[in-house]
Amino acid sequence: MNKRHFLRALLCTTLAASAGITMQAQADSLAAALKSGTLRVAVPQDFPPFGTVGPDLKPRGYDIDVANLIGRELKLKVEIIPVSSANRIPYLNTGKADLVISSLGKNPDREKVIDFSTAYAPFFNGIFGPAEAAIKGAEDTAGKTVGVTRGSVEDLAFTKIAPADTTVKRFEDNNATISAYLAGQVELIATGNVVAAAVNERAPERKLETKFLIKNSPCYVGVNKGETALLARVNEVIAKLKQSGELNEVSMRWLHAPLPADL
Amino acid sequence: MTYAFDFASLLEYRDILLAGTLRTLALTAIGTFFGLALGVLGAASRAWQLAPWNRVFAVYVELIRNTPFLVQLFFIFFGLPSLGVSINEWQASILAMVINLGAYSTEIIRAGIEATPRGQIEAAESLAMTRRQIFLRVVLAPALRKVWPAICSQVVIVMLGSSVCSQIAAEELTFAANFIQSRNFRAFETYFVVTGMYFLLALAIRQLMLRAGDRLIGGRRT
Repeated sequence: MNKRHFLRALLCTTLAASAGITMQAQADSLAAALKSGTLRVAVPQDFPPFGTVGPDLKPRGYDIDVANLIGRELKLKVEIIPVSSANRIPYLNTGKADLVISSLGKNPDREKVIDFSTAYAPFFNGIFGPAEAAIKGAEDTAGKTVGVTRGSVEDLAFTKIAPADTTVKRFEDNNATISAYLAGQVELIATGNVVAAAVNERAPERKLETKFLIKNSPCYVGVNKGETALLARVNEVIAKLKQSGELNEVSMRWLHAPLPADL
Repeated sequence: MTYAFDFASLLEYRDILLAGTLRTLALTAIGTFFGLALGVLGAASRAWQLAPWNRVFAVYVELIRNTPFLVQLFFIFFGLPSLGVSINEWQASILAMVINLGAYSTEIIRAGIEATPRGQIEAAESLAMTRRQIFLRVVLAPALRKVWPAICSQVVIVMLGSSVCSQIAAEELTFAANFIQSRNFRAFETYFVVTGMYFLLALAIRQLMLRAGDRLIGGRRT
């Protein structure tokens, strides 16, 4: 066997072995979980309010609550696996987790490697303002002052749809944009719902309410490709939690806002 | 070096740059006028110890000269509305610049006034000039003449400092630069051009101020 043949053989063996691992990961993890009695869920550890480490050093947040609710409904013990945003999909693909509940947004690249449940959490950029402002769409911002963080996604997106006589004030960072709103220097701000939740928690005197969405990218539970049984059960549970209002409670607890009606 | 320079990408933003330049100049002009007026009042109060104004100005000068301009600006823009004072970004910028230049020019002009020999005032009194005439012609004009180069420098510093007003969304020259840079991501080209514009503005303002000094108070003659 010459060197080239040896390398080729080695490559084939490696491919076969990795295919074997993939096959294993794509086995019916619902059945496996039911058998072992535990559901392994990858959650974020560094993304408040979806997942952080609490004062008791235990993970907590929106995603952890959802994981526990799903576990309860499936009558399985939940094993929380804290992951980072970079390795949450590899954890799933390599069979180290059954579900990824980690503020995961849907995009075509991800859809090639995993399947998504129905949406379980709102995640969007939008225009926020006080309760009394009657704003339903971009055209209603005419004549108003809107604060945005310069160069942010919401700046670029809102600039495209803003009417000509809307005053867009662009601030250096999120902090200045929020301060400008709290100080009454701008009537509305464009920001993310998670940022708005954090503001409402700390400065309840001028509460931010969602007026309309600029860019919507809700969070989904991720499962491995081909896990149809598991995916169907997760979707059932999410529908049930929405119905019972328990998911709304989670949203109120961590995002200080009810679930959007269209979620 | 593999970076491909693209100064042409700035061309489509030339209106924004021009508007920013004009606003920087307007801020500087208004700030200078009222700032120097405040400085003259402060200097006169301090040099002649006019109670209680000398004390008020002493506190004011120390407070402003020992705190950063950016913090003063943030206090005016974000802080005052909490006390029920509504103020927009231009009013806040102008107020901050006037207050800032007022404090520095108080000290500069005071030095000029204190350098006026006592005998010069006594000579004016013996010529039966009124207090107003003495102040304007015998004290203030020569004092300003002595410190005019320092005042010109301070005005240039204030003009350059107005770049900080971009932080409260006042759309002056630095705001224009930041805005353009956040759209075309051409940091080098954008800031290179804007740096050049500030440099030219500074030279122009200094020349203008020196000439204005020659006309108004007959500078450089002493």
